[in-house]
Amino acid sequence: MTKELLKGNVAFAEAAVRNGLQAYFGYPITPQSEALEHFSGRMIELDRVFLQAESEVAAINMVYGAASSGVRVMTSTSGPGLALMAEGLSYIAGSEIPVVVVNMMRGGPGLGNIQPSQADYNFMTKSAGHGNFHPLVLAPANIQEIIDMVGLAFELAEKYRTLVMIAGDGSIGQMMEAAELPPMQEISTARPAWAVTGAVGRAPNLITSLYLGAEKLEKVNIRLQQKLATIEENEIRWQEYETEDAELLLVAYGTVGRICISVLRAARQQGLKVGLLRPQTLWPFPTARINELAAQMQGVLVAEMSAGQMLVDVEHAVAGKTPVRFYGRMGGVIPMSAEILEAVKQVQEEVS
Amino acid sequence: MNTTTQIPENMELVYQYPDSMTKTYTHYCPGCVHGIVHRLVGEVLDELDLREKSIGVAPVGCSVLIYNYFNVDFVEAAHGRAPAMATGLKRTNPDKFIFTYQGDGDLAAIGTAEIIHAANRGELISTVFINNAIYGMTGGQMAPTTLPGMKTTSSPGGRDCKIAGYPIKMSEILAQTEGAAYITREAGTDIRSIRKLKKAIKRAFLTQIEGLGFSCVEVLANCPTNWNMDPWESMLWSKEQMTPYFPLGTYKMREEVKALKV
Amino acid sequence: MKHEETIFSGFGGQGALFAGQLLAYTGMAENLYVTWIPSYGPEMRGGTAHCTVIVSAEEIGAPIVQRPSAAVVLNLPSMEKYEPLIKSGGYLVVNESLIDIKSEREDIHVLYLPASDIATELGNPKMANMVLLGAFVTATGLVSLETIAAQLTAHLSGRQQQWLEPNKQALQRGAELVSA
Repeated sequence: MTKELLKGNVAFAEAAVRNGLQAYFGYPITPQSEALEHFSGRMIELDRVFLQAESEVAAINMVYGAASSGVRVMTSTSGPGLALMAEGLSYIAGSEIPVVVVNMMRGGPGLGNIQPSQADYNFMTKSAGHGNFHPLVLAPANIQEIIDMVGLAFELAEKYRTLVMIAGDGSIGQMMEAAELPPMQEISTARPAWAVTGAVGRAPNLITSLYLGAEKLEKVNIRLQQKLATIEENEIRWQEYETEDAELLLVAYGTVGRICISVLRAARQQGLKVGLLRPQTLWPFPTARINELAAQMQGVLVAEMSAGQMLVDVEHAVAGKTPVRFYGRMGGVIPMSAEILEAVKQVQEEVS
Repeated sequence: MNTTTQIPENMELVYQYPDSMTKTYTHYCPGCVHGIVHRLVGEVLDELDLREKSIGVAPVGCSVLIYNYFNVDFVEAAHGRAPAMATGLKRTNPDKFIFTYQGDGDLAAIGTAEIIHAANRGELISTVFINNAIYGMTGGQMAPTTLPGMKTTSSPGGRDCKIAGYPIKMSEILAQTEGAAYITREAGTDIRSIRKLKKAIKRAFLTQIEGLGFSCVEVLANCPTNWNMDPWESMLWSKEQMTPYFPLGTYKMREEVKALKV
Repeated sequence: MKHEETIFSGFGGQGALFAGQLLAYTGMAENLYVTWIPSYGPEMRGGTAHCTVIVSAEEIGAPIVQRPSAAVVLNLPSMEKYEPLIKSGGYLVVNESLIDIKSEREDIHVLYLPASDIATELGNPKMANMVLLGAFVTATGLVSLETIAAQLTAHLSGRQQQWLEPNKQALQRGAELVSA
């Protein structure tokens, strides 16, 4: 395979198609509409299911229905659409069926704007719907990574029968970069034993999130929590850059994560011993590793396109071992590497 | 019908559970029409040999536990979203028989968008819509189909249409959509209507099987508990009070649907 | 080490985004790392459109920069916006057919080209972007003109193919103006 220059939205959509996606249901919203448009051509051309729903509410429930029958299905959206999907996300989590949702974050609250943002961090990792659950949240920083994460997302969703979200932002959706798409995978015709496929030669299957009786539902919750604990044990992913001798740790994900690679280079050129930890899963979070690294650091700087949402998880991970500071931009403003570098220097001054 | 019961020689089988249903008691109140309509759905599934092909979509409302009474695969939808879930199921399983069973709060209030768009797309699903003019499960609040002046726990002085708007006529609305192939309003409150209702359900299911478009059977029902009536009274009230506002009849029937042998 | 952060900017329809994409395709074809990121949204509808293209020998971190190393400006608002931001020692490529002001900076290389006039002469004023791109890559030596021409052949959309040869000529004319 060779590399192609691909736009993020087109890249993840084509990656999903090649990973044997059987159905896509969605509703147009900037900055991810190119994905929906790509699906609309490719899925129909391949005789698979594409449907533009009447709303994100309908889209996620169509996904829920299709996923109940054990087919590989996904949707994609951006913040305001994700808010409408929250109902379905909770039902999907409660029914324990595998679904993949891509969220290209944009500025909020409200209609906000369509510029890149990371302000849905808490929404996705902590409260994607009512009840006790976490989606598994993957955070790509470049086009190759979002392509690879689509394949991973399906794999993890099906392995754990869980909801997996890909947390992109407008910048990753809109930018182009050279990347390699996976080979075309055959569609799997096999359906899992739990799926609703017609009760032939077996007792009827039921996909539900309804468990009347407090003790019954508590048992379901306990089992769900155990599953999430297993995911926490096995699926934490992150990438480190020059942390071995670092005295100051940058923590950033997605677009800001890649911007911090530029920050790190500039800082090193100026003799500052800076390292970077870039979480690739936002839930589960690389808590233990950050805690371990904190011991060798004079300080930690968290950079986000938000008011400081991941910051709380980093503070929890550092657990007071070293000072934690924050640099954030909001409303769709992408922080420039020079600004973050200034913040790095300030932390350096403060701690030394 | 597949009969497993041994019938003694001197006896005749006059009644049995449809194979598509489970042998259990329902949780419905005495005198509620839900039980009758469930039975009709079960009989039609048997007669059309659909049990093993069926995936039902349960609503939120009194019939939320419908899956306990059917011997077929089921999914439980969020309130009002059954048509969207059914769409996802049907699009990915075109060879299966997909039906939703919804009440008036589910279909005519919170799920209005989903049902109208499913109908308009000509989604190959069938919907059984129970209209009893009240929210039963949550304790008798006003429904979108509650009649003018009708007292409920959230319209204690009677429905004031100036405040709460008017009872919504879903069959009339759904009939306007291009994608709908068969839309009818029937009653489930006397024997003659019930026989007719069964035929309508069968026609609706055949409409899907033949790939003719969206089909929906609205059933004017009752709610003795929340109407504060005995079953008999409630049947009469449904007939006398609901029918004038919600006229019975077929609101849309494509020629191909008319030609179906029921 | 090759590393150029270029902003292409103009009115919507002047082909700033396409010129940037073409540079990105060319960088990729020459085995360099590339990123292309547009401005997007309502401002695309008739307003100014810009994109940032980074072409580099090393893996690219930030896809946008506060101070680019180069700017290719197709109209006056773009000139006013980006001229002051260019890094010292960088390049400014100006469509002087539509921009009647001059840069007063002495720490950057400024190239003035009557790009729209040349493009009109070649048959279509929309090819001004190619005149400027040809001049830019020739002045900086970032990528070769031959690779750009090849990428143009590959990426000019179907109905634009009739303009392939004139576009190549536009690239060439731009290149000649700076190498002369």
